[in-house]
Amino acid sequence: MQSDLPLYPEQASNFAANVDALMVYITAICAFFAIAITATVIYFFFKYRRKDPGEVGVPIHGDMRLETAWIVVPLLLALTMFGWGAVVYVDYRRAPMDTLDIYVIGKQWMWKVQQPTGLREINELHVPVGRNVKLILASEDVIHDFSVPAFRVKMDVVPGHYNTMWFRPTRAGRYHFFCQQYCGTNHAIMGGWVTVMEPMEYAAWLSGSSDATANPVAAGEKLFVEKACTTCHLPNGRGRAPSLNGLYGAKVLFADGSTVTADDAYIRESILNPQAKIVAGYQPLMPSFQGQLTEEQIIDLTSYIKSLQSQPVPATGSGVAPATGNK
Amino acid sequence: MHRTGELFGQYRTLEQQRETASLGMWIFLSTEVLFFGGVFMTYTINRSTYPDIFSEASKTIKLWLGALNTVVLIGSSLTMALSVWASQVGKKKLLTLFLILTLILGCVFLGIKAYEYHDKYVEHHIPGWNFNFEPGADAATNAHAQLFFSLYFGMTGLHALHMIVGAGLLIWLIKESVRGRFTPEYNTPVENIGLYWHFVDIVWIFLFPLLYLIDRH
Amino acid sequence: MSATPSPGSQMPREHYLNATYGIRSWLLTTDHKRIALLYLASVTFFFFIGGAFATMIRIHLLTPKGFLVTPETYNKLFTMHGVAMIFFFLIPSIPAVLGNFLLPIMIGAKDLAFPKINLLSWYIYLIGGGFVLYSFSTGGLDTGWTFYTPLSSVYSNSAVTPAVLGVFINGFSSILTGLNFIVTVHTMRAPGMTWFRLPLFVWAQYATSIIFILGTPVIAITLLLAGMERMFHLGFFNPQLGGDPILFQHLFWFYSHPAVYIMILPAMGVISEIIPTFARKPIFGYSFIAGSSIAIAVIGFFVWAHHMFVTGESTYAALTFSLLSYLVAIPSAVKVFNWTSTLYKGSISWDTPMLYALGFLGLFLIGGLTGLFLACLGLDIHLHDTYFVIAHFHYIMVGGAVMGYMGGLHFWWPKITGKLYPEFLARVAAVTLFLGFNLTFFPQFILGYLGMPRRYSSYPPEFQVLNVMSTAGASILALGYLLPMIYLVWSMRYGAVAGPNPWPATGLEWQTASPPLTENFDVTPEVTWEPYDYDNRPDLGLAIKGAPSLAHGDD
Repeated sequence: MQSDLPLYPEQASNFAANVDALMVYITAICAFFAIAITATVIYFFFKYRRKDPGEVGVPIHGDMRLETAWIVVPLLLALTMFGWGAVVYVDYRRAPMDTLDIYVIGKQWMWKVQQPTGLREINELHVPVGRNVKLILASEDVIHDFSVPAFRVKMDVVPGHYNTMWFRPTRAGRYHFFCQQYCGTNHAIMGGWVTVMEPMEYAAWLSGSSDATANPVAAGEKLFVEKACTTCHLPNGRGRAPSLNGLYGAKVLFADGSTVTADDAYIRESILNPQAKIVAGYQPLMPSFQGQLTEEQIIDLTSYIKSLQSQPVPATGSGVAPATGNK
Repeated sequence: MHRTGELFGQYRTLEQQRETASLGMWIFLSTEVLFFGGVFMTYTINRSTYPDIFSEASKTIKLWLGALNTVVLIGSSLTMALSVWASQVGKKKLLTLFLILTLILGCVFLGIKAYEYHDKYVEHHIPGWNFNFEPGADAATNAHAQLFFSLYFGMTGLHALHMIVGAGLLIWLIKESVRGRFTPEYNTPVENIGLYWHFVDIVWIFLFPLLYLIDRH
Repeated sequence: MSATPSPGSQMPREHYLNATYGIRSWLLTTDHKRIALLYLASVTFFFFIGGAFATMIRIHLLTPKGFLVTPETYNKLFTMHGVAMIFFFLIPSIPAVLGNFLLPIMIGAKDLAFPKINLLSWYIYLIGGGFVLYSFSTGGLDTGWTFYTPLSSVYSNSAVTPAVLGVFINGFSSILTGLNFIVTVHTMRAPGMTWFRLPLFVWAQYATSIIFILGTPVIAITLLLAGMERMFHLGFFNPQLGGDPILFQHLFWFYSHPAVYIMILPAMGVISEIIPTFARKPIFGYSFIAGSSIAIAVIGFFVWAHHMFVTGESTYAALTFSLLSYLVAIPSAVKVFNWTSTLYKGSISWDTPMLYALGFLGLFLIGGLTGLFLACLGLDIHLHDTYFVIAHFHYIMVGGAVMGYMGGLHFWWPKITGKLYPEFLARVAAVTLFLGFNLTFFPQFILGYLGMPRRYSSYPPEFQVLNVMSTAGASILALGYLLPMIYLVWSMRYGAVAGPNPWPATGLEWQTASPPLTENFDVTPEVTWEPYDYDNRPDLGLAIKGAPSLAHGDD
């Protein structure tokens, strides 16, 4: 347990110990310099205090060796801080493969969370301890920011972009999460609690409160028909647009010869700005759906497209790049 | 501060005064570069995000009007350069003549620009005011085309504003020139306003290809 | 004061303050010294407006729920505090007040290169300030001083448009001041005043002016675009209309990060004048201090995206900007080491300006070093947008820039008014400010590491103790600011006559009468000495080892 006046928040994720160690390192260096310089200044103040009104100091104009030393030494120390910080940062940015993907949508002034099963929560986030969790963040209106101090994680939630972040909770418990990017009137109450549960409890919680009406795949399939996506994206690959079977997670080949892995961000971009990347062999016919779908509907559509991952991929008429790769 | 002839009190010599004025103008122009730089950057980023719609939208502005304006403006730069020369060699009549020619060309440019704006008005291409890119365009296309026209009006509008300021300065120069104030010894205002005028021309030399020429084959 | 003015000193018969009379002679003046005083009055006005907002913020945060105002009002308070303080106090404070007054005198000129443009700058500042006050009084402003889109351009219900226009207009005031300074330093120096004889204050102003010239136009155009977006429903930065809010942040910080150096560089210049004067010896490493000002101004332009480490920018961009941010810390470190070394074997007086310089050193040290935490990618993710950031930049801007400004104001007060301020009260105020400041802002570092987000009108109860400490400190701080207001005004009438060079100091500004003539000098001075060279200045009347002691009253 922590004291009444703690100096650091609880450590509840894989990042926390690393970040705190880095903090201790930089604090130690900075404290050393702050104390050394302050002590020197105070010492000089007393030692060389003017004794006679007409007195002048000893003229000393500079010293190249000293100047070099206090350029080089701080520079080297700063580079170690940069290097260590970079290592920790790369860890933050590189999510492992086997993540539990949870969608988080910010809007003025609440958070909507969607678990992989489609279960929805508001201002609450339940995650199992020990699992790698990836949050896919979207905003309906202004810029928000999802931050959990106990996990030492934070990421802006920017309208028009998907941002992702990952962490692995290491200790069961309830922790604050905050909106950390100023977003208007009720910014200060746009937060909630992360509940970290033992995996068994989490599974029980998921099934116990499962809500059959909130099946994102079914909702996505319905939208797919309503928005007339089916007229072009035929499953057999004979339509005017590529089949989406087996698309999610595969590499897509574009007209300019480049490829990209079809992830959430790619699917989102293809819906909202279809002209940005044109699949090889197809015309840029698709209209943009910007402004016609809410972020939640986009997530439903993505969930549906994800569910097609296991469907048979047609031999022709799919955007998926050949396994041999492209030269 | 007292003023002795054309020498203002804070300076020691006319030479120092000329150097100061000219350095001031150059620094002002470097500010201007960064000022336009911000909007050029916004344009470039957006153009690379929506290349197709920007290209479609840019085809609705009339190439020949832009080209004509480019010629007019280059002509005005020539007459401005001649004005500076005339002031340096002390040909007072020629100076007035070239300044008037520059002013006329500047006004022709603004007139053509106004005609182009009128075109856009007729076509409902004024952003934020009854904007409709083309019949049947969907909401997203409209929004992205509006982005192009916002930048088109923003950039050309800012440029036109600089032209109007320039025209005002020219009118003042013509007035002073008729009074015979500029001599080979004192012609700093002509040189400085000349620098400004050339700068405004150069901005147009960048605007013209960016807005009119990319993707026209 | 340890250096008592020569007895029998009298105010000069004629000086810039009594050369002409009447309101017109002030409002239409082109004298850089009078314009400096016009600025002094107007930035003080904005300082107290911003200070009033700060007081309300701190009172509100005494309890976790916040008991003074509604969340909406709270948001307006911190926004208006930021806008008033940054754009209308900190940025113009040292350059437009002290810089305007001193720069021409320090280089031996009669005035700035373009006196009328100088006056124009002040009027532009007033117009911009008028727009912003109009926004404050008709609905207020609740976007944060950063004006992030689409909150500012679409969602906010407050008076954003006039505020954005006000800041846009005010930008041109900065630009014209910067232009004036750069040209003046290049072309108006007195004979013998070579570049490496320039006072370090002038170097700092020159570096600041570079940022004014190259940075300010970018924020001007950016805010103009954001304002147009709001007025005409355009989409430059609005994702629903195809724009990109991240682009706004890039353009905004391209100016607003260098703007931090606009605030701190001039204060560093002030400190570089005060320390050698009150240690009575040449500054240690003159060329390194001068060069580091320019280095900060230049490198400062390439670190802006360190404000955006958590926006989802690419890992490579983040690595680059983090590295560059560490590089920009080095020139500041160089300055601190050189100032400290200047004290070695000096003859150090404890006069008020020196106390401020000492306070500046301590506070800037903490402010600068905590910048290293935020430049560190691995730490910034946790610290970003928490109270740690608030504490860090207040240590730089208040602990650094305002302490420098206060120190400079006291240092040059005898020159500006011809009168001495009461030394004892001034020392009390300086110590009060130092203590109050630390009590206000040090707890916020801890709050930040614990995760308290900035711009929160209410907070979880576990953060209360530190917030109460902070508020207690703020009330001491407020007293520390009121005190100088009172005794400085008092001294203008009742203070002892200062004489031309009360400290004594070596700069050209101390070679002329206090207050100076309208044209600064009777005859254009000729500079034959190196800066801060106490050993070769018999005219200062100090006892120099190996030289016969000279009587007072040479100047």
